[in-house]
This record gives sequence, structure tokens and C-alpha cells, in this order.
Amino acid sequence: MAESGYAEKRNPSREDTIAAAATAMSAAGIGIIRVSGPDAVRICAGLYVNAKGEHDLISHAANTISYGYITDAAGNRVDEVMVSVFYAPRSYTTEDTVEINSHGGMYLMGRILDLVLKAGARLAEPGEFTKRAFLGGRIDLSRAEAVMDLIASQNEFARKTALAQLEGSVCGAVQELRAKILYEMAFIESALDDPDTYAGDLDGYPDRLDRLCREMQEKMEGLLETGEKGEILRDGIRTAIIGRPNAGKSSLLNSLTGTERAIVTEIEGTTRDTLEESVRVGGVQLRLADTAGIRDTADPVEKIGIAKTKEAVFRSELVLYILDAAAGITPEDLEIAGMLLSWKEEIPSIRKCILLLNKNDLPAVADTDAAVSFFPAADGILSCSMKTGEGLDRLGGMIGEMYQAGELAHQEEPLLTNARHREAVRGALQSLSLVREGIRAGMSEDFLAIDLMDAYASLGKILGEAVEDDLVEEIFSRFCMGK
Amino acid sequence: MSKANYTIETDICVIGAGHAGCEAALACSRLGFRTVIFTMNVDSIAMMPCNPHIGGSSKGHLVREIDALGGEMGKNIDKTFLQSKMLNVSKGPAVHSLRAQADKAAYSQAMRAVLEKQENLTIRQAEVTDILTQPEVEALELFADDSGGHSVFEGDSVSSGNAGFSEPSASSEASGPSRTEKPRVAGVKIHTGMVYLCRAVIVCTGTYLHARCLVGESITETGPGGMQRSTWLRDAMGKLGIPLRRFKTGTPARMDGRTLDYSRMKIQPGDPVVVPFSFSTDPADVQIEQVPCWLTYTNEETHDIIRQNLDRSPIYAGIIEGTGPRYCPSIEDKVVKFSDKIRHHVFIEPEGRFTNEVYVDGMSSSMPDDVQQRMYRTVPGLENCVIVKNAYAIEYDCINANQLKLSLETKAVDGLFCAGQFNGSSGYEEAAAQGLIAGINAVNYLRGREPLILERSEAYIGVLIDDLVTKDNREPYRMMTSRAEYRLLLRQDNADLRLRKYGYEAGLITQKQYDYVLYKEEKIREETERLKKVKIGAAASVREILKSLGSAPLKTACSLAELICRPELSYEKIKELDPDRPALSKDIVEQVEINIRYEGYIERQKKQVRQFEKLEHRKIPSRIDYDDVGSLRNEARQKLKEFLPSSIGQASRISGVTPADITVLLIYLEKNRGNADK
Repeated sequence: MAESGYAEKRNPSREDTIAAAATAMSAAGIGIIRVSGPDAVRICAGLYVNAKGEHDLISHAANTISYGYITDAAGNRVDEVMVSVFYAPRSYTTEDTVEINSHGGMYLMGRILDLVLKAGARLAEPGEFTKRAFLGGRIDLSRAEAVMDLIASQNEFARKTALAQLEGSVCGAVQELRAKILYEMAFIESALDDPDTYAGDLDGYPDRLDRLCREMQEKMEGLLETGEKGEILRDGIRTAIIGRPNAGKSSLLNSLTGTERAIVTEIEGTTRDTLEESVRVGGVQLRLADTAGIRDTADPVEKIGIAKTKEAVFRSELVLYILDAAAGITPEDLEIAGMLLSWKEEIPSIRKCILLLNKNDLPAVADTDAAVSFFPAADGILSCSMKTGEGLDRLGGMIGEMYQAGELAHQEEPLLTNARHREAVRGALQSLSLVREGIRAGMSEDFLAIDLMDAYASLGKILGEAVEDDLVEEIFSRFCMGK
Repeated sequence: MSKANYTIETDICVIGAGHAGCEAALACSRLGFRTVIFTMNVDSIAMMPCNPHIGGSSKGHLVREIDALGGEMGKNIDKTFLQSKMLNVSKGPAVHSLRAQADKAAYSQAMRAVLEKQENLTIRQAEVTDILTQPEVEALELFADDSGGHSVFEGDSVSSGNAGFSEPSASSEASGPSRTEKPRVAGVKIHTGMVYLCRAVIVCTGTYLHARCLVGESITETGPGGMQRSTWLRDAMGKLGIPLRRFKTGTPARMDGRTLDYSRMKIQPGDPVVVPFSFSTDPADVQIEQVPCWLTYTNEETHDIIRQNLDRSPIYAGIIEGTGPRYCPSIEDKVVKFSDKIRHHVFIEPEGRFTNEVYVDGMSSSMPDDVQQRMYRTVPGLENCVIVKNAYAIEYDCINANQLKLSLETKAVDGLFCAGQFNGSSGYEEAAAQGLIAGINAVNYLRGREPLILERSEAYIGVLIDDLVTKDNREPYRMMTSRAEYRLLLRQDNADLRLRKYGYEAGLITQKQYDYVLYKEEKIREETERLKKVKIGAAASVREILKSLGSAPLKTACSLAELICRPELSYEKIKELDPDRPALSKDIVEQVEINIRYEGYIERQKKQVRQFEKLEHRKIPSRIDYDDVGSLRNEARQKLKEFLPSSIGQASRISGVTPADITVLLIYLEKNRGNADK
């Protein structure tokens, strides 16, 4: 057997760009997302904007670090970051590399990683950066054994933790979806393999398949959604308290944190200091952002900074919006409401807003009905008084209910929270969309089977199962083959 | 060591003259090597002991590929078919498959005639009793006549008829430096004691080795179709350290066609226009008068008889030891495993133009004779049937093909190749495909060249052999289109474009045939580009033409290619809109149209293939010591040692080898190359 094919390429071209968290995804500290490969800069350039809001990463010199923001597809800022650019071969992996230093925390890093993956990178295998560093000659050959051990152990660890993170019910749901897809593939293949017997079975089949794909897509979307919910719950819900000056922000903050300041974490940001306080309300962990800012500006002449409010809102999953019911609805409130609406619509399943009508101890200008018509998108409206404490006890119940804390709390591990698992489900979703596109374009079943197989394989990654000969097995066990 | 009374010197011995053996022997002899093909009975050359058709879903692809590489099966069926059908024509081009009903006797005779006319090829009716390796041959006390020639070298063309009895010149080679410590093939011995000295052997015993046939309680020690079975090779393989296993298969009854009532069945005609299998056959030559097949069904009465007599079925009574295929279940199996089905299809197919015999497709069985009689007679149209040959099950010896390299050479013995049903496959086409590759590679071995290994991304043959060699197969392996990951690229219509070059490099395809493929490729490329470039405006005349074709008017200018993509249009239909098109043959237009119409899917599969090939092209040196690879998990180490994969890609397909093991292996290889460089 020739070894020539192996020997001729010292450094085989690796076309794909990989990404992963280079530091542990933990609740605190700085997290680094590393992106490596030929498209690393291009991918990150689409997500990164500098302080002026310009996509200028391409023009950054090698080995520089810059301050800016990661934005999502809609242009909203997801996080403040420091971004480093390295060009091949002067990087850890010897490839073009971008490192995104974010605020850390599972949810935020997960979101940034998701954005990088959606922009065209592939999630790195455990140890893959090290492998590339090694194959690129960055790591000394004498350390090869150590690298091999590292990769083997990292892989084993990743496999075990990924499996441990897989909720039994998710596992069941994924298996069920796979079984359905497998059956449909076997159905198609048996008809194509033995058309004399089964060709007629395909009459009207695409319509049936389309319906089935739609149902499966809904299931998968549900899985992703609960996964995201589970993840925020574990990590704490990033919460913003907003409202016009004097509406009662600091009072609310104090009443939430005052007596039971459960955990207070100080998070050193990369560019500025923000104080984040973590409290438990209604059985749900809330991470209250920029509490220092709220406390410091309890000054009556404080000007509402819409830009600043927007920034706080777009980095949160829950907004507690305080309205001074005695003062009524002002033009500023209308502006904030418009912004809240666009924020919510972006991820309606995750983003929640509670409207607090403060100062019900005073004659109200805006009552609950007015509030509903003012901001119908609110997930909850609460009439309360920070001064008397009336109504505030109901806030906990409202938040608990909103996040189904009771339901999720008894689960050992949250649902589908592993980035690899989510990537796999998104891949399967995409494949099913292609199946349906194919159906609409009138493609015959053998083409549809291609995308069904991709969906099946994607889901298999969650369970760590290879495709092997599943299809052939299914065909024989379900269909009576052979003339 | 026993005495050899005579020796004959040749280059390659092929054991068995079924579909694998015929292709193997033809390839070897056509490439200039003296070849002897052994058969238990010369009247059984290229016999079709089971179904009477060639091709079918995915098998039709195999026949096309065999033809593209320079094999014989496609040409032979084109000469001898009774009826032909392109399957799945309403589906995508990847699953179009050609299937022809064969005139069995004519097929066998035509193939025998090809073998007989072939230069360098000798047919010998004999049972091979032993395979001899180099040290054994040296130890033989040879009584040889020295009137013969010498060893034939590459490219020589010596008629085997003149090979005569000769001094074993192979012994001179043995004194040279040994390539490896492995045993090397040096000859075969036949039942008369005669020894054929050779340098490569291809084993294609099909279902003959230690075969036994079962009809209920009746068991005969016979091969397929009542032929004499072979027995001796079982011990020979054991001696070489190649373990065997038992597989089984079955076949339905043959009936006297005069006793059937066709008015109670549905006629199954062939296609009005027949497409030939071979790229070299003139389509005009296959437009013959075809013979129909007939469709009928089993019913509850049939199933009741089977259920009542299950205890008399050797499978259900536990008499059969071998593992049978699920894709070709006996009617007993169908009734038991798919008990909710109230009827099963039964196809009545002619066995030949000059015989009354018909084949009862769909009702293979190993039930006792009396049960068979009753069961068949419950089927509409078969009420008065007279059985010519009973349905029976057959068990036979074969190997687990994981003992083979992808070249089909055994890992244990240099120069020993295996092909066909002996490797655990089933089907005439699967056998022929392996036979052809084994033949080409036996020649490559003798010439000291690299073996021909087709990749999974190149050919169904590549999928077939890789599956056989790399996967753990527990039943006779049948080709299926669903086994091919890249089936959209591996179409029956482009087998010539995919594989002619390999046939040409091997020497089985002529310069002229190869030149045509190059020309065809060029024309396809030109025409595809032209259709993408030429724009059609939204003029009134265009609107009229589109309207007459039932197609929506254009809003803006669009390319001819975009028009062809409309489901209601085609290359042919838009000719009025394309007056400047070049005159192109049908096969070229077909390719152009497929390229354009399915471009999105094709490009995606091509991209997947590029990923796949990266791992496939990283070869693993044969001298690798897996005990030296630290960090490998034990399970992976065991599997890798057992399978000895030739590439990282093949290693990744072995069950029990994880991606992490593959990474570890890659780094190990990298490290060792680093050392070698120093």
C-alpha cells in the first residue's frame, strides 16, 4: 500500500474554521472564544463592531487587541468585548485566529459562540486547537505523546460531560425524532429498492412527509427553546431595572437585595467596572446588572440616557420596567416602550418584561388598563408601591411562574444546554428545511432522502451514535424486501 | 509432502468459473498473463442458479461500472436478455437502475464462448484440492518435463495452450530476497494430483464449498442447481490460517410454464425502448422482441399452509446453521416476520427462450416437497402447476472479508486473492464486480504495481468492497443504493465518466474508448457553460413559445440553464428558444441536463466528497505497530490490529474506533514521519 499520499502533504490544507470556548465556560470571570482557520477573521468581522459601530476587524493589524462589541444578526449589541487578531503562522494554531474576550458566563459565551457558528465556523472537537497547533509544528514533536494523551482524555471528558448534561427526557425526544426520520428513510429506500412491489406506496407521499417534517421541526424548536431557558436559569437571568428618573429603580433594587443579599458577585469587566448582584426571587436566580449605576444616580437631576437604557436592555433576558403611575406616561416612556418591543420580538421565547406601576399609594394617573394599552407586550403588570411594599410580594410569584421555576427546579440538569447538542439540533432543523424546500420544488424522494439522512446524522451526534448501518437494518426489519 | 506427478506452469489460477471467476480470468488473460480457470463442471460456466435477471436497483449500477472498467457482464447480458426495464424512471437519476431478464442457458453459453476465444486463457474442469505456498512448492519432488517455456514477464503474451509442462521457474524467484515473511502463493493442486505452478490465485468458489441443499427433511450434499460441490479447499484454507464461516441462501421452485394459467396474472412487459447495459453496445442491437413476466400474489390460504408446517421448515426446526440474508427472505420468513401482510407479490419470470421452465420469484423456500406442492397451488394461476425443480435452501463455506485488503488480496498470504460469494456477498453482479477487481489486482501484484482501489466516492464497487472488508457483516451482503453515501454522483448514467480512466490505466479499455470519454467530458463542460451563459429575453415570441410549453412567461432575462431547471421544461423542449445549440449525442445531452437540473444537490455532495477524501488519502503505513501508539483505547487498538486499515478514512469506519482515536492516530503518524525525516 502506498504511503505516498500521506507523505506528499506536510501540512494538509484544512479548509474549515473551528471555534470553541478556550477557557472554561463558567459563571464568572473573563471567557475567551477562540476562532481558528482561514475564515476566522472574516467570520468575526461580521460580528464585531468597534466603539463607533463600524465593522473594521479586517483592517486590524496582526497581534493587536481592540475594544468593541459583538452584535447579533439584527445589529444589536450582545456583549462588550476585547478582540485579538493573529495571522498565520503567528498564532497558537498557526492559522488565522481571532480571540474574543467576553464577560464570561455560560449564557453570554454560549450566545457569542452560537453567533460565530451561525456565521460559518464549525464547533471544534475537544483538543482540536491543540491538534492543529501540533500539526502546524507549533508544539514540539517530543511532546506528541502528551498531546495525544491530552486529546484522548479531553475527549473522554467531553463525551462524559456531554452525556451527563443530556437530560433523560431530551435523550428520549431525540431518540424519538431519530426513529421517525429513520422510518421515513427506510420507507423511501424500500420503495426505490423494490419498485415492483412498493412503487405505488410513494403516491402522495411528499405531502405526508412535509407534514411530518413540520411537526418534527416544531419539536426541535421546542427543544432549543427549553434548552436556552434551562441555560439561563442555571446561569441566572440577566435582569435590567429600567425606568425614568425617580420612578423607583433604586427602591426596587434595595427591596430585592436589601435584606437577603444572597450572593453578590463583583465582575471585573475588561473595560469598565460593573457591579452585578445576584438574587433569588420566586425561586429564580436573577443577575441584576449595573446595580452600582442605579444606586449612584439616585440623583433627582439624573437624565435618562436612552442609549444607556438600550444597552442594558439588550444585554438582558428580563426587564423590570418601572413606571411612575402617579406621573403618568411620558414621551420618554413611549420611546422606551418602542425599544422594548423590538428587543422582545427578537427572541420572544426568552425575553420577558414586567411592568411595575409604582406609587399606587398616590392617586394614579396611569392605571392598569392604561398600562395595558400603553405596553400590551408586557408579560406581567404589577401595581405596587415601593414605599409601602404593597404588591411587591407578588413580583416573586410572577417571575417564578414566568420561568416555570417549580417545573424546572426539580430537574437535576437543565435541558439541552450543551453547545454541541444545540449545534446538532440546529443542523437537523436546517436539514429538515431543505427536505421541505425539496418537496416544494417537486424533487423526487431520493433527493429528499439525502437531507433526511443529514438530519438523522446530526441528531445522532447528540447521542454519540454513528450512522453505521441503521438504515439498512431498518429497511430489513420494517419492510418485506426481496422478490 | 506428497509427490506431484506433473506440474504445469502458468501465471494465475482462478478457482471457480461463476460470475466472479469469469471476470477475474478474463481480466488476467486480457492483460497478458497466462491464466487457468478451474470449474467443477464446464457446463456450469457463468451459471445463474438463482434468479434469472441481471441488474436491478443498485446492481444495475454495478454492471455499468463493470462495463466501464472493461468487464464482460454488461456485454454478455446485452447479447442474451429476454426483457429489459429501467427501474425508477419517475425518480431522480441516481436511482434509475437497469434490469434485464436473462436467457440463462444463452447467458452461460455466450460467456463460455468468450472465455474459450480468449487468448492466454485455459479452461480446466477439476476440483482444486490445495493452494500451495512458496516453501511447499520448493519441498515438492517435482517430476517435470522441461520442454516448456519460462516464466512470463509483464506484457508478454503467451498462449496458455503452449505453456506445456515446465520446470518451475518460480523457484528462482524464491531464492531472491523475500519481500515479507508472509507465505506467498506458488501454485494449486487439483484432485488428480496435478500441480499448477503460478504466482497468484483467485478464489471464487461461490456457493460450492462444502455446500448442502435442504428441502424440508431432505438434505443433499450438493452445490447449486444439483451440481457437484467442492470440499477440499476447506482444509486448504484452514492450513493457510484463513478461517471460514457458514452462510445460507435460498431459491424458489422452477415450474413447467405450460401448466400455469396466465389469464389470472397481470402481464409485466419490458420497456418499449431498451437501453443497453454496455457502453459499447449499439442501442439498435437491443431492440428485440421481448418476453413478458407475470405478476400474481400469495393469499391467506398460502400463508396458512406455511404456518401449519413451520415445524417442518429446516430453518425454523433449527437444522440450518448458516446465516441467511434478510433482503431475500424465504416465503416462510415473510409470512412469519410480516404477519400483518395479507399477500406477497409473486413474479413469474421466464428462464429462457427455448425452455418451458419459469422462475417463481418471491417464493423461495426450504419447505418439504409436499408442502411446496400445496403452497404453490394456492396462488392464482398456479392452481395446476407442475414443479420442475424444488425450491431449496443452500448452505456453504465462505470467509469473513475482513481478512482481505481492499485490493481483495488476503492479509495472510501474498498473491492469494478472493472474490464473489466466497467473500460473503450475494448476487451475480456483486460477484462479477469483485472478480474483475481481484483480476486486475492480481495482475497489479504480479507487475509490482499499486492495486486498483476504488473509493466510496467513486463507485458502487468501492462501496461494496469497502463494506465487505471494513464492516462486520453477519449475512450475505447485497448492494443497495442506500449504502452509497454519494449516490447522486455514482449514477448508472455516468459510470463511463467515472471509471473509464481506471479501466484504461489497467489496460482493459482501449485508447479509442478512453478518447471518447475525454471528448464527452469536454463537450459536457462546454455545453453546460454555454447554457448558463446564454440569456433569453422576455420578448413576446419567447412568451408565446413558453406558453405553448405550459410554462410561465419570463419577468426578466434568464439563462437557458434556468429554463431547463423548470420542472415542465427540458433541454429538448426549449430547442426553439436555442437555435444556436451544437449538435450533440444523446448521452452528452443527458449529462448536461442532469448537471444543470440537480446542480445544488450535486455540488453539496461534491463538497462532502472533498471532506471525505481528506481522510481517505491519509494512508497508514502497513508496518505500523499499534502497540506503540499510546493513548489509543484498548478496544480501538484491538480493532485496528484486526482490520489493518490502509487509510485513516478506512480506520474511521471500523466500528469501535472513535474520532478521538483517529486524532491520536493522526498525531502518531505525524510524529513518526517527523522522526523519519531526521
